[in-house]
Amino acid sequence: MLAAPPILRREAGEGGHAQRGGGGMTSSPLLDATGVVKNYGAVAALKNASLSLAPGEVHALMGANGAGKSTLVKILTGAIKADGGRVLIRGQERKIGSPAEARRAGMVSVYQEPSLIPDLDVLSNLRLTRTPLEPFRAWVRELGVPDLDLRETARHIPLAVQRVLDLARALAIEPDVLLLDEMTAALPANLAERVIDVVRRQKETGRSVIFISHRFLEIAAMCDRATVLRDGETVGILPIEPGVEERIVELMLGAKVEKTRRTLRTGAPQNSTGAGTRLRVRNLQVGTKLQDVSFDLANGEVAGVVALEGQGQDELFGALSGAVRPSGGSIEVDGRAVKFTHPADAVAQSIAYVPGDRSEAILGQRSVRENIALPFSARLRNWGPIGMARERATVASAIEKLQIDTRAQREVIRLSGGNQQKVTIARWIAADARTILCFDPTRGIDVRTKAEIYKLLRELAGQGKSILFYTSELEEIQRVCDRAIVIFGGKVVDIMPVEIADEPALTRAAYGLPRGVEADIGILANAGREATP
Amino acid sequence: MMRLLRREGWVVGLLVLFIVLLIVAKLIQPNYGANDFISLVRAVLPFAFAVAAQTVAVIAGGIDLSVGSMMALTSVIAASLMNGASESYALFVVPFVLLVGFGLGAFNGLMIVVTRVPDIVVTLAMLFVFQGAALLVLQAPGGASAEWLKNLIVGPISIPGVPVVVTAFIPNALIVLAIALCAVWLPLKRSHLGLSIYAIGSHELAAFRSGVPVARTKILAYAFSGLFAAMGGLALTMSTGIGAPIPGPYLLASVAAVVLGGVTLGGGKGGLMGPIVAVFVLRLVRTILTLLAVDPNVTAIFEGTIMVSVVMLGAYLAMRGSRMP
Repeated sequence: MLAAPPILRREAGEGGHAQRGGGGMTSSPLLDATGVVKNYGAVAALKNASLSLAPGEVHALMGANGAGKSTLVKILTGAIKADGGRVLIRGQERKIGSPAEARRAGMVSVYQEPSLIPDLDVLSNLRLTRTPLEPFRAWVRELGVPDLDLRETARHIPLAVQRVLDLARALAIEPDVLLLDEMTAALPANLAERVIDVVRRQKETGRSVIFISHRFLEIAAMCDRATVLRDGETVGILPIEPGVEERIVELMLGAKVEKTRRTLRTGAPQNSTGAGTRLRVRNLQVGTKLQDVSFDLANGEVAGVVALEGQGQDELFGALSGAVRPSGGSIEVDGRAVKFTHPADAVAQSIAYVPGDRSEAILGQRSVRENIALPFSARLRNWGPIGMARERATVASAIEKLQIDTRAQREVIRLSGGNQQKVTIARWIAADARTILCFDPTRGIDVRTKAEIYKLLRELAGQGKSILFYTSELEEIQRVCDRAIVIFGGKVVDIMPVEIADEPALTRAAYGLPRGVEADIGILANAGREATP
Repeated sequence: MMRLLRREGWVVGLLVLFIVLLIVAKLIQPNYGANDFISLVRAVLPFAFAVAAQTVAVIAGGIDLSVGSMMALTSVIAASLMNGASESYALFVVPFVLLVGFGLGAFNGLMIVVTRVPDIVVTLAMLFVFQGAALLVLQAPGGASAEWLKNLIVGPISIPGVPVVVTAFIPNALIVLAIALCAVWLPLKRSHLGLSIYAIGSHELAAFRSGVPVARTKILAYAFSGLFAAMGGLALTMSTGIGAPIPGPYLLASVAAVVLGGVTLGGGKGGLMGPIVAVFVLRLVRTILTLLAVDPNVTAIFEGTIMVSVVMLGAYLAMRGSRMP
């Protein structure tokens, strides 16, 4: 091996721009993307992303939720078009317009969601992508699925196996660059190990892999370098070595680490009214996504749920709101065991669900009043003439409480996003729900409305209502919550009192890193791997 | 054998239903025989092509509401071209009309892909466009058909050496139908294009990511739908000897048969055989109810009921089947 120059740590200063280049690798980069920009309407998904990949390198792409990892991968493989920036492949500028073109350029991606056509059998899926059969079979066996029936319809194959087939299909055409987006997230441990094994061996043959994962252990086990994205910008390129995970976490958080703790929780004491457990969840299990979740939610408490994307939080909220049937464990409401088979069952227990996607909850073409009145006018016993006066009074008080801007109240769809979100919460206040499950209620809404929602949640808790609050913005935890429940890989990994649940602590926990000083020893060292290539 | 039954269970079931219905017809009307079967097939012929046209569009994840009026348009084009022309001239008319159908279908697909207006809206608009165009070609039913074309679908087949008892039950129309469908469908289904049509119907995004040219595939799917519709138009002219500019009841019948034939309206599932057998079943039910002298209005109610119950039964069986590994 050539004497490699010391690998430079490349990272941008505060708010600075990412530097381009191969980060000191000996050979010229196989893939070099610089200044990639992508906007969705007014929202910038990527502002200035860059990524450089050496031949025979396994490169981790890291970043917090919504940092733009998946967007970058989709641009590199032609699934979406960039609004700006350059992509060089072996030093030549290429425009990649479709997955088919990316594949001709030697880049193949395994996306986060399975890509097999659900109604075709495996064989037809292979024919569709013109994948050679024998190498595919060999890879499937290699990846730990010995008894695959090629005539099976993709729809009927378990999700984990579908992911393996996606990977085998990508490997079979021997790409120069393999992009794996959260490949291991849906896999059981034994299959995940096989994947890591196979990826490691890819670089022996001079091929490169871009690996997106939230799991430091996996990254430690096989990656050479990591590119860190934050808010759509590349903020650092680091070699993987013991202790680097702390640096990566810092980079992902950026300036936020130094930010002083600002608790906006206004005095409302915990368990102010009607103390006691409202919701008791034990060993809850939903499929393979949610494996073992236990916690209590008290009356008058706001409990925050923190998790990276796809760690089982959707299933948790689904199970608690009756939309998804749990496959194990128990849920108790006010000390009585309940089994929800339909969202109406949860509503009957006065548990309301406010989904993260507003469009799931509102009737856009109907008025604010109808939207708010929906849950209580939908009750069967309220059929017949709707009690107009009473309804109007209830709705009016909810609107006032939430300060909903009602200038465009005839059609909810014409309200701003923040006001729409308020309507979805207002309806449950009007219905006097005792427990509100809020799934990322502040995503994509303006700062003022956010503050109003925080205040509202605290007020509700002050009235003795209990709130389970999932958020992708970690700073919100200390603003509104009494406790933070951290979920990783479908399990509760930590329940923190809010005093210590600052962003760095939450981020570490959300990545499955242990709490406290012992983290500094570095789990990367434990993975037993030499740091420098 | 078991595999065949599992994969083609729906078609086998429909075939059994068809045979049962034939027996019922025979029981009701003891002299129901070869000639009645031949006239049934002749009557089904244009329906069968309409169903084939609809099937391709639905498998690709769309729907083609212009099937009936496209048949009317191609039928009047064929009839007016052959009016007063020589017998051999029809040899050129047939491929020309098929080409027109292919082109009109491709235009449907192009409109859908380029304008991004939903299939159902575009083809509804084209329903009116084709209907108007058909009236421009022929104001009233008229035109003519070459004699050899008409004779092609008359009577039973005659094969030297095979006893008449057997051949009497094989109508020429059935042979024409089988050859026309197989000549287009079998190569299509085995080709990469056919696979792509199923893929875009099943999951457009996954197909795109698998490298399928989605827009091109969709246009070609509608083109093949148009080709089958043109065959239907020719079949109309062949069986009536003229062209009629007003579309018959083919559109709704085609959707009904597609559903009954095990093709999911969501796309990506099913084949051509199911809907074709289904359209035979639906027409035979109508014949039986006529034999029973049932009020035609009641007949329509009965047909609707059969459709819903058979599809429900199918869904129920499929659900049970998937539970048992």
